[in-house]
Parts: sequence; C-alpha cells; structure tokens
Amino acid sequence: MTTVQDAGRLTTFEDNDQKPIGHGRMLRKEDPRLVRGRGRFTDDIKLPGMLHLAILRSPFAHAKIISIDTSAAAALPKVKAVVTGADLAAQGLAWMPTLSNDVQAVLATDKVRFQGQEVAFVVAEDRYTARDALELIDVEYEVLDVVIDVRQALAPDAPVIRDDLDGKTNNHCFDWETGDKDATEAVFAAADVVVSQDIVYPRVHPAPMETCGAVADYDAVEGKLKLWSTTQAPHAHRTLYAIVAGLPEHKIQVISPDLGGGFGNKVPIYPGYVCAIVASIVTGKPVKWMEDRSENLISTGFARDYIMRGEIAATRDGKILAIRTDVLADHGAFNGTAAPVKYPAGFFGVFTGSYDIEAAYCSMTAVYTNKAPGGVAYACSFRITEAVYLVERIVDCLAAELGMDPAELRLKNFIKPEQFPYTTKTGWVYDSGDYEPTMRLAMDMAGYADLRKEQAEKRTRGELMGIGIAFFTEAVGAGPRKDMDILGLGMADGCELRVHPTGKAVVRLSVQSQGQGHETTFAQIVAEEIGIPPADIDVVHGDTDNTPFGLGTYGSRSTPVSGAAAALVARKVRDKARLIASAMLEVSVADLEWQKGSFQVKGDPGKSVTIQDIAMRAHGAGDLPDGVEGGLEAQICYNPSNLTYPHGAYICVVDIDPGTAQVKVRRFIAVDDCGTRINPMIIEGQVHGGLTDGVGMALMEMIAFDEDGNCLGASLMDYLIPTALEVPDWETGFTVTPSPHHPIGAKGVGESATVGSPPAIVNAVVDALAPFGVRHADMPLTPSRVWDAMRGAPQPPI
Amino acid sequence: MQVSMTVNDVEVSEEIEGRQLLVHFLRDQLGLTGTHWGCDTSNCGTCVVWLDGEPVKSCTVLTAMAGGHEVRTVEGLAKNGKLDPVQEGFVQCHGLQCGFCTPGMLMTARALLDRNPDPTETEIRQAISGQICRCTGYASIVRSVRWASVHEAQAALDATSAPESDAADEAKQAQEVSS
Repeated sequence: MTTVQDAGRLTTFEDNDQKPIGHGRMLRKEDPRLVRGRGRFTDDIKLPGMLHLAILRSPFAHAKIISIDTSAAAALPKVKAVVTGADLAAQGLAWMPTLSNDVQAVLATDKVRFQGQEVAFVVAEDRYTARDALELIDVEYEVLDVVIDVRQALAPDAPVIRDDLDGKTNNHCFDWETGDKDATEAVFAAADVVVSQDIVYPRVHPAPMETCGAVADYDAVEGKLKLWSTTQAPHAHRTLYAIVAGLPEHKIQVISPDLGGGFGNKVPIYPGYVCAIVASIVTGKPVKWMEDRSENLISTGFARDYIMRGEIAATRDGKILAIRTDVLADHGAFNGTAAPVKYPAGFFGVFTGSYDIEAAYCSMTAVYTNKAPGGVAYACSFRITEAVYLVERIVDCLAAELGMDPAELRLKNFIKPEQFPYTTKTGWVYDSGDYEPTMRLAMDMAGYADLRKEQAEKRTRGELMGIGIAFFTEAVGAGPRKDMDILGLGMADGCELRVHPTGKAVVRLSVQSQGQGHETTFAQIVAEEIGIPPADIDVVHGDTDNTPFGLGTYGSRSTPVSGAAAALVARKVRDKARLIASAMLEVSVADLEWQKGSFQVKGDPGKSVTIQDIAMRAHGAGDLPDGVEGGLEAQICYNPSNLTYPHGAYICVVDIDPGTAQVKVRRFIAVDDCGTRINPMIIEGQVHGGLTDGVGMALMEMIAFDEDGNCLGASLMDYLIPTALEVPDWETGFTVTPSPHHPIGAKGVGESATVGSPPAIVNAVVDALAPFGVRHADMPLTPSRVWDAMRGAPQPPI
Repeated sequence: MQVSMTVNDVEVSEEIEGRQLLVHFLRDQLGLTGTHWGCDTSNCGTCVVWLDGEPVKSCTVLTAMAGGHEVRTVEGLAKNGKLDPVQEGFVQCHGLQCGFCTPGMLMTARALLDRNPDPTETEIRQAISGQICRCTGYASIVRSVRWASVHEAQAALDATSAPESDAADEAKQAQEVSS
C-alpha cells in the first residue's frame, strides 16, 4: 500500500509496483508503450504505396442482385480497382467456409441475405476517394420478402434464404439435443413443483473499440503474403487462408499486432480480410481495409439471439430435481458461429449450472434469418452466457414460486466439494469446485441480511430496491483435441522457450492478447517456473512466422491451455538445466534441489549455480554432460486433458426510480474463483470489464431490427454501451480452488464476469419489481421496458 | 488547401483536402497514430485531442477548423521523456487493458486535473462520460486519475514545504511520481 497525504486527508492506493519473480501483483509490460500512444494497431500500419479499400454493402436485408455497374466508380481518378462478386466467382473466391462448416459469401453474387452484406469493393489511393467511389457503383436490386421474426423462420411459406445450398427448401440450420429426455420427463412428471418461464437473450454485439481491419501485402516475386489483421487466432486464420485461397501455408504470414479489444468479435474470418488479400494480389500494392463503426455493428460477429423456454422441477422444500429447456437459436444468414465442430451450440450443455440434480434435457433448433451471421462472440465462453443466464433466471423463478430466499435455495442445491470431479447430467466433468465458501463470502461482503432488511423497510415506503444473485460455473480452456476442433484443427496450443546465453529469455506463444496483458502474465508464468525475472523475459505473440502453432485466444482459453504450455515448457528447460547444473557442481542430479532461480546442493546452500550461470554454460565453451545438447530451449504443444471450471458468486443491488423506471446499479459484489491466481491486478481488471459488459447487456444493449430487416443498432448512438456513469465502483473478492489437471492449477477468468453478471442484474431488477407481481422481464431492461413491467405487461424484446 | 497549426509545440503546415477530418490529418498525414478512430459519431472518444487546451473529438473537427490553433495529442503529454502523472497513474492503477481508448482518456483526464486538481470520483466519471472503454469497467480509470491528483498535490506540497534547490526539488518530484 502507498499512503499519500492529500490536502489534509489520507489516500491509499494498492501498491502495484511489485516485481515478483513469478506469480503476484505486477505492473504490465505493455503499458509504457500504450500510455505514450505508441501501441501498434492495425490501422497504424502505413506501408509505402499502400492503397485503401472500402466495401459497398447491401441496403436491403434480402434482395436479388439484378445488375452491378461499376464503370463510373472505376473512372474516378485515384481509383485503382473495383471488384464485384462476379469477378471473385471467376477466381473461385466468391464464397468462403465459415468456422461452422457453412459457407458465406465474400461478395454477393446471386442475392444479398442481410443488410450490410458485402456486395463490391473499391481500391483507391486514399480512404476518402475509396468511399467516394462506392457512391458511384450502381446496383439494381429486386427486393425479396424477409425473415426477421425468428419464430416465423420455419413457417411453410417463409422465403428460403439459403437457396445457394443444394436442395434447401426451408430455413432450418441444425437441430441439437443433450441430456436424457425420458428420464427428465419422468422426474418432471413426479415432481411437487414445476416452474416454467420463457426467457429471451437478445442479440448483442461485442463492439470492441477498435473495429476490424487488415493490411495485406502480397509480394508477387517471393509469392509471399504478409497480412496484418485484427485476429484473435492468427494461426487458425493462416491455415484457413491456405485452404481457401490456395496459397501455400509457408508463404502466408499473419501478424496480429496490438488489438483494441476483441471479445470474440475478432475470431471469425470476415469477407473484408479476404477482399484485402485479393486487392493486394490484383494491384500488386499493399492494401488497407478498416471498417467503420456501422460496418462493425451491422456485419461482424454478433452474440446470443437465443429464445429459450426454461423449466425446473423441485420438491416443495426446495430440492432441485431437474432442468429442461427448449431453444430457438437465430444464426443469421450464414452459420458463422465460432465453436468446436462437435458443439454446434457451443458449451450450452452446462445449463445445469452449479447444482446437483437428477436429470436434464435440452433440445435446440437453429434457423437462418435475414440478419448478420455470427453467433458466438462477446466474451461468452462458447454460449455459456446463455446457459448460465437460463439456469440462474429459472432458479430465481423457482425461489419466487417456493417463497424461498434465492441465496438459501442455491446453497441447498450446490454440488458438494466431495462430489468433484462431478459429471453433470449432460456429460460435462467439472474438475473442481467448492461453491459454498464463495457464495458465503459474497453474502458477507454484500451484508446480505442487512440488505434484505433495508429492502423490506423501503418496500413499506414504496421504494423499489432489488437484490439479485447469480452463481455460475464456467467451462473454459478448449480442447481437449480429441473432442474439440475448429474446422479440423485441434484445440491445442504450442509454446517455445529459449534462454539466451546471458540468462535472458524469449517465450513464444500461439495465443494473442486483445488487452488481457499476455506479455506480463506469460512472463510471470515462465518466471515462476524457471526463476528468471519477468522483466528479463520477452513474450512474442501474434505473428505466425515467429510463434508455434495454436488455436488462439477466445473462450477464456489462454491461461488454461497456453498458460499450461508456458509452465510445462519452462519445466522442460528446467529439467535440462538440472543436468547441466549437476555437471557444473559435480554432484548427481538427485543431490540437487531447485530454489527458484538456482540449483543448490542439498544440505550445502553455499554450493549452487543460478539459471543464468547455467544458461551461459549451456551455450559456452567446455563439455556438457553426455547426451545433453548445447543451448537451453524447449518447445511443446499442450493438449488439455479437460476444460477448467471456474466459478463465482455475484450479488447486485439496484434501485429503480418509480417515476421514470430508470434502473441504477448501486452496488455489485463479485467473488470469483479461477483457481491459482497469476497476476491479481490483471484478474481484477478482467472481472471489472466483464461486469461492465453485463450492465450493458442487462440494461442497455440490443441489436434490434425493424420488420424490413433494417438494423436499428448500427451506430453507437443507437447501440448503447455503458459509460462511467452507468456502472458502480465494483467490489471484488476471491476464493481459490485450483484445477487438479492444470500444471499450475489455474483456470480461465476472462469471460467469467460477462457470463455471471447479466443474471445477477436481471434478478435484482425482477426482485425490485416483485411488489408489482413481476416474475420475469427480458433484457435489455431499459426504462420503457421496466415501465411496462411495472404495469404488469413485460414484453419480450423480440 | 494549405493549413498551418501547432501540434505538440511544433509548427506544421500541410496541404489538405477541405473535407479532411482532424483525426485523419493527425494519424495519416502527421503519423501521430496515438490518437485513435473508433466511431465517427462522437460517441466513443478514442479520438480526443486538445484544441487550444480543450478536449475535442477529432473525428468531428475538420482539419481546416484547427488551422491557426494549437493541437495537443497523447504524444505531447510526456515532458522531456518523463511521463505526465496521469500517464503514470494509468500504469500504476491498471487504468488500461487493450490501450485503444487510453489516449483519449488521458487527454480528458489531464484537462480535468488542469481545471480541477482534486476531483471527486463523481466528477471524474462525469468528465470521462463522453468516452467508452470496453475493457476496464472504468473503476481503475477513476483510480488512475485520483492517483495522478494525489501525487501532483503531494509533489506541490513537498515543493512548498521544503524549499530546496530547483534541481533537488525536481528530482524529488520525479521520485514521487515513479514510486
């Protein structure tokens, strides 16, 4: 702690400026460049002779393309190329695979299927001219009927959106089920109490502050493509470009420089990236494409859009017996969901939550609509946001039905610590957990009993105060590769560690930070294992030519997968160092013990060699032990044996103005358990960010459409994101239940708060509205929607 | 058209298109890429710079309108290689993650402290309410600005209570800021 005398009052700050050799609070290595404005984001890249690309997008949600006249645009001075879908089709590039094995148009050829779909692109000498030229492209459309109401997508007379697919005569995308239908049916039939509730998780958008974009630089002589792009998964992208574009993989270098946030928005391959590559090949010049905010909101990966019916069965005294759900999923015009192949609904199967129940079943139908493609984005841990929202909402509905306190109901039904590893009724093996202490800590921090007293008093005065609880269990860190792959690429991650002769090191990762602070965290993981200070460890990431292969950063998988790889590669180097140390100290390996940073002879602390001494010896003159090669480096590829299952207890306190129906989040208490904590400062930051996302989704954010398919959330004036005024000062706490299978016991944390906070906030609002007889109201809980709820008419948003 | 202005204390004179936005002039023409472009509609604030000492959103200012005026960007915050206390506060208090909104936040925060050296949490939240951060949840940004406020006040107090030579004084302040 630093204490400073501040104009007569004392102010204390947590002392962050520690320099742990390993885990602990440490300032970030990224920050010195970023606070000076010297980050290097994709749009900061300027190459000699670079041209600018702009994309013409469809104004209609569903329309046949009759003709496209590009002559006026092509004739504009400083325009270098105008390309349409027909031009791409001639090269076999008009369509590309999506991450879910569907196809998506790069540029529309036959018809447009959502508003904002890519129709043509212009390449010009500057970005203003490129935009001017878009205005000169004349497209004749024949407008078609649209499918916007997802509930009507499978109606017999619904227009068929995906007539590009052979034999497609409806808008059905896929069916999926999990759990035991009959067993669940039997439990429901015999239960004392059954509660059901329709619950909508509306379409939202991650909207990172940096939009998506790319700079493509194709060298025709070398045949090499260098692509800087806003991608969370540079290696996966490179392989897919090789497969799609037919470029040899060793001739493609994907560089993901500093990213201005991602939240899943930067996982898919977007048509714009492919257009930039084509443009560079066609013009022979480097080409930059940066979308604007509207393009980001109307065309890139959205999230959620699940219409759910949740049912819960219980005994009269509050033992939860079974959970059942039926889901209608809107996947937009193309199935662009980023999810492991065998998991079309992501990890929604964890909808049984943190509770020990007897049976569970889910059936899901996914459909195409005339909306932007996507489906998994916005820090959702592959649909766990939807699953946790469903279970935590329906548990609160049950508490209301039973007249039981929602905290008490949860405590009564938690999976017990001795039951781990716990296999859920939908087949997920929770690795570790100790839920009650986490819940109790949150309740203590909140002063739960006092809050309930305060609420009771306020209710007598007609004041609207709500207390909402959510308890979540997440499943993060995909693979294992035997179960999980994306388009055939196994979800494992490589890591390479090289110790230089002077004892400094470089560690190379296959994952890519979007603000999570990998340059700091991964230096700390390696430091903990090998005793080299983090400041002496350079972290290289986001460049396929200079890092080992791996699937990238999303679904909170960096620490569970790549973090494990970093720890294990460091241990491999340490094992080699031990052999060299034994030679240097002239004792057997068994007589050495590791003191973080050095090997010393057991019982003789005076005799030791540091890792730096060993590094020099590994590279220096003189013999090494038999069978030991020179150098001090190692590489591994880590295939996780299971996901990690972090958990947390969140409590939200809201006040609602009865005159305006404005919801104010007064307090938010978040207790997270992500296992071993590497850098608590960074963890807290991740949690704060996710909680703010939760306020946005619960109270403000929604990508809505009108009946013609016009996107009504196409700018930040229409799609509302929380500012500093809408969120409270967060109150965070933690418990530590290490993962038994992760080398350092760590679990992912990046998405926990985004997953856990929306139900806590909605539960608080519904709790505040209990005097009006409200049992459920859908997000976003804007004043007008809360007003409707107060008048007994809460309507679903879609 | 030709436009002249002072950017980070340096006189610049450039040929521009009349419709050019200041954010593009700074980024594309002067290479000052610390100022970012995030929305076009004045909502996100990643493009905030100072025009004659006042924060403005450079995505909605024409370059021509800045002609004859003084512009300051994030690159002009540090003095003689020493970070401004606001920059140091953001580092100390984890006031940034991806760093994309940070330059705009820093410019607004510095301007706030210049007119109100001891802002309350609410005043800080109001000052940055025209800007969006998707990563931090704002609490750490508020702490970062408070850190700068407190450390500047302490540095000023030290300077008046213990009159020493200028050089020693400066050294002490520097130590204060970096501790």
